[in-house]
Amino acid sequence: MPEIQVSINGQTVRVRPGSPVAVAVVLAGQTDYRHSVQGQARGPLCGMGICYECRVTINGQPHRLSCQTPCEEGMQVMTT
Amino acid sequence: MRKLSFDLVIIGAGPAGLAAAVEATNLTGRAPLKVALLDDNPVAGGQVWRGGLEKSPDREARRWLEQATRPNLHHLFQTKVVAAPGDHRLLAESPTEGLEISYKKLILATGARERFLPFPGWTLPGVMGVGGLQALVKGGLPIAGKKVVVAGSGPLLLAVAAYLKQHQAQVRLIAEQTTAKNLAGFGLTLLGSASKLAQAVQLGRELITVPYRTASWVVEAHGQHHLESVTVCQAGRLHQYKCDYMAVGFGLVPNLELAGLLGCSLQNGRVTVDQWQTTNQPDILAAGEITGVGGVDLALLEGRIAGLTASDRPEQARVLFRARRRWQGFSQALESGFALQTALKTLSRPGTLVCRCEDVSYAEVQSHQSWRSAKLHTRCGMGPCQGRICGTATEFLWGWSVGAARPPVITARLGNLVLEQEQVPEV
Repeated sequence: MPEIQVSINGQTVRVRPGSPVAVAVVLAGQTDYRHSVQGQARGPLCGMGICYECRVTINGQPHRLSCQTPCEEGMQVMTT
Repeated sequence: MRKLSFDLVIIGAGPAGLAAAVEATNLTGRAPLKVALLDDNPVAGGQVWRGGLEKSPDREARRWLEQATRPNLHHLFQTKVVAAPGDHRLLAESPTEGLEISYKKLILATGARERFLPFPGWTLPGVMGVGGLQALVKGGLPIAGKKVVVAGSGPLLLAVAAYLKQHQAQVRLIAEQTTAKNLAGFGLTLLGSASKLAQAVQLGRELITVPYRTASWVVEAHGQHHLESVTVCQAGRLHQYKCDYMAVGFGLVPNLELAGLLGCSLQNGRVTVDQWQTTNQPDILAAGEITGVGGVDLALLEGRIAGLTASDRPEQARVLFRARRRWQGFSQALESGFALQTALKTLSRPGTLVCRCEDVSYAEVQSHQSWRSAKLHTRCGMGPCQGRICGTATEFLWGWSVGAARPPVITARLGNLVLEQEQVPEV
């Protein structure tokens, strides 16, 4: 299956269609998805839409769960 | 807000929900029911058959997933229920819209999540759930050559360790908290089930080179910005392992928030149901892990019984009672075989965060007598996950009761909580 391109903090990465955004973030070399209220870096914990640790901004919409959102061609993702 | 109306709505498209949907849409010689199958994931399969048909090599999974594509079955994926304003109605939201869904009957099959317990360093990126890491690897996370420590409790540790190894991860250790004695007791019950025994033997073969330690648990995760190593207490002695990921989970806990919101009776951390899988609430049934964690075989049977009951075929449902009873025995063996050791209550230090959403420490939470008091004074459990992680931990740590969820049951967009003005019925 041909790969698709998404942008993570302005960096283009290629992923398998249907891959969750959480995986594209790792492929872009990022380990921190968000920062906690005290400023600690956080990444996915549960991987199934429960813990909300993996939330990122997707196409301008904040607080999207990267583990439950499949990548789409041209998606713009911002971590914090 | 879009309005939808169904004869039967099923919440959760894992094995129980799929089986219920397949049975309820399989009516010969009768008017078909209009059935909706709703799930927050992008495809059916739940956690155990994650990725749906495309990624499921399992024959049983294919069978159910393929049948769940009948035209009178409406799939509502990437959709979460946020409230239940009464009158057989649910409010739900997808990434693009709000939905008001009416039902005549409702089957809850919301499954289970992993239990996480706080320990120093557990908030470091790279420390993930056992199912969580597997889910990301299924989604394409590169794991070949990565060092992984698997820790926690339950058969899932073995299944995921084997999966990671198949994908060329270096699984350095499996740390199981239960004792060898309890584990042996659980092993004996496997002898009663050919399929589970075969699974266990297969896992044993695949993991023959991986150290499996009982009475062992993680005590600390180390790293600057990402996990670098973990310290594990193995039968009383500390060992340090370098690793890129840690997969940690202390068993499964039912997702009871929606059942609680709907007023279903809950007991011992599960939804109370009768032999027909009906709850104490009229027209609401429950099936699968939310009625007690018992694995995929039990979930399928409960789902089928719920689907048959909801479509008024009690005689066909009754035929499945015996098989269900057998798997309920497996469920009890799981519970006693992997009961959590009290030593796990002392893993935190005063500064260890218990609530990851609001960054509330163990010392702050511990100074309170109840979940409610801790919430009101420290904001523990008041972040986006609404206590799904820390509430479950405090139930184990201090025996607190989190109580029934209130609406919105999960973080929702404000516009999706506004009901349209009620239409005054014409006389």
